[in-house]
Amino acid sequence: MPHTIWVLVELEDGAPVRSSLEVLGKAAKLGRAEAIVLGSAAAEVAPILGQYGAEKVYVHADATYDNYLTLPAVETVSALLQQHQPSLILLPTTYDLRDIAARLNIRNNLGLITDATDLMLDADGIKATVPWGGETIVTATLTQRGPGIVLTRPKAFAVEQFEGRNAEIEHINPSFSSAARTIKILETVVVKSEGPALEDAAVVVSGGRGLGKAENFQYVEDLAAVLDGAPGATRAIVDAGWLPYSYQVGQTGKTVKPTLYVAAGISGAIQHLAGMKGSKYIVAINKDEHAPIFSIADLGVIGDAVTILPQLTNEIKRRKA
Amino acid sequence: MKMFVCIKQVPDPNTAISKLDPATKRLVRSGVSLVLDPGDESTISAAIKLRDKVGNSELVALSMGPASAQEATRRALAMGVDRAILITDPALAGSDAFSTAQVLAAALKKEGADLIFCSTESTDGYTGMVPGGIAEFLGIPQLTFAREITIEGQKAIIKRVIPKGYQTIESTLPAVITIASGSYEAIYPTMKGIMGAKKKTLTQMSLADLGIAATQVGEAGAHERVLSIGKAEARAAGQIIKDDGNAAQQIAEFLQRYQLL
Ligand SMILES: Cc1cc2nc3c(=O)[nH]c(=O)nc-3n(C[C@H](O)[C@H](O)[C@H](O)COP(=O)(O)OP(=O)(O)OC[C@H]3O[C@@H](n4cnc5c(N)ncnc54)[C@H](O)[C@@H]3O)c2cc1C
Ligand SMILES: Nc1ncnc2c1ncn2[C@@H]1O[C@H](COP(=O)(O)O)[C@@H](O)[C@H]1O
Repeated sequence: MPHTIWVLVELEDGAPVRSSLEVLGKAAKLGRAEAIVLGSAAAEVAPILGQYGAEKVYVHADATYDNYLTLPAVETVSALLQQHQPSLILLPTTYDLRDIAARLNIRNNLGLITDATDLMLDADGIKATVPWGGETIVTATLTQRGPGIVLTRPKAFAVEQFEGRNAEIEHINPSFSSAARTIKILETVVVKSEGPALEDAAVVVSGGRGLGKAENFQYVEDLAAVLDGAPGATRAIVDAGWLPYSYQVGQTGKTVKPTLYVAAGISGAIQHLAGMKGSKYIVAINKDEHAPIFSIADLGVIGDAVTILPQLTNEIKRRKA
Repeated sequence: MKMFVCIKQVPDPNTAISKLDPATKRLVRSGVSLVLDPGDESTISAAIKLRDKVGNSELVALSMGPASAQEATRRALAMGVDRAILITDPALAGSDAFSTAQVLAAALKKEGADLIFCSTESTDGYTGMVPGGIAEFLGIPQLTFAREITIEGQKAIIKRVIPKGYQTIESTLPAVITIASGSYEAIYPTMKGIMGAKKKTLTQMSLADLGIAATQVGEAGAHERVLSIGKAEARAAGQIIKDDGNAAQQIAEFLQRYQLL
């Protein structure tokens, strides 16, 4: 019997989010992937999940999930766990799924591993790879039999295509307790930015405290623009109020995995590296030759970011012309 | 209103490289300097501001940890928290997010809480699983990633950071609220605060005080186990150049060589 792995698929604007599809593909490689899709768009999304690896999809097309956070999904997945015993619930670390996982873990006495970058599943159970700090890597497992939860790092897996796979679809109709409707979404505000989204950009140019002052972040934006990339930031300058939190790259910000990452005036703290170490090429500009960022840079430039950034923007414009 | 802020002592992120002991597979806590989690400092600051705004409220710092964690609670008191509780018991060593949430929730239940503040995630464990776990044990909602909080009667309304912007969400009280890092300006302890902290109450609780069996928590109760510890694959450093006026050209050439332009 192959292991059954559940993936709770997150929806945004009526479509599955990329991180859910990444994890679904991983689940399909580990065993029998079953998706759970909840929300008013669930019925439309369900049929396409086969091509991303799902053999079965549980569907509850109900707007309660769109209007109330966390608790409706916790109730529904818990109800499903009363009927079925998957080996594993695999979830990408996103804001909403993290909140759901924390409660599912307790409510169903599951056991939970966070921040995994890879995992294996065999007769002995789960073996999850978890990076620890900058230098250590841990292999962790769950101590009890029965389902457990593994939360994975964003972008740990690529989206896979399973040509011709058609998922069996089961409509479920769980009822909600009144407690399910306690966290009400009153409004969702999208803060628009130009250019590609930070998470999806092929090029990310990030700035840190070494830029000296908020106005100099313009040089980061200019370079990002000529490279068709997105600007990013360290927590230091987000905390300083130079930029909104949506720019933050790192452990408590976004994880990016672009082809090119340019780090300007960034020291390279472990928490920042956690969000960008997976980039294909890293170019760092820092005044201090001992800055930790240089130890992971493919090209390290010892110099003043405020001088070099505008020169580089011009140089690229010239070469592209 | 009775408000609590859950805080934790962690290895100083500015000096310590967090290490795991190969034998016990636990975080090495000896020989490293321990501090109040910097994330919790900003959560405490948010909680103090809210206590003062709501008025007629008490703010209590709650921590679970070894006896040394008293230092962290002292700092919270110096920052302006009214009193503190430290849950400490040898059986708690090696607790996972499940037992930590269980123990903290038991103390909160005993005390009675209207509002519970946590950081979104801790600096050493960064599971982010404890706040939601507390909420589940108490059967109350959790409002996460708050960057702005409004309390109106028995309701909490928060601006919740999301990747694309923010959401405004609302729930009844009691509730657990987690603060998004960097949302609130830190309050620093003043000399007066530090002196005053000495007169504030710091209560210790044990597992027996909470009616929790030692076998349920700590290593004995853990749902997860570390099988092995290895070295992370290091990303090799590349070429380092010094800017002699030509850095921009050299970077552009690098980008062209790897077809990044
Ligand atoms: C729980 C926790 C979570 C965290 N999460 C994150 C996170 O998600 N993301 C994140 O980024 N950080 C995070 N941090 C913070 C992190 O530890 C660092 O403090 C932060 O990344 C430092 O930002 P920085 O590199 O901009 O600033 P600094 O560390 O101050 O570095 C500035 C650098 O600029 C260089 N410099 C100065 N002048 C110039 C110049 N003219 N030209 C070129 N270089 C110059 C300096 O040599 C220095 O290396 C977290 C911390 C904690 C405790
Ligand atoms: N041992 C503890 N004592 C008190 N609060 C804790 C403890 N562990 C976690 N917390 C709270 O939960 C938050 C998230 O921690 P974690 O889930 O471990 O990432 C912390 O920042 C604290 O607010």
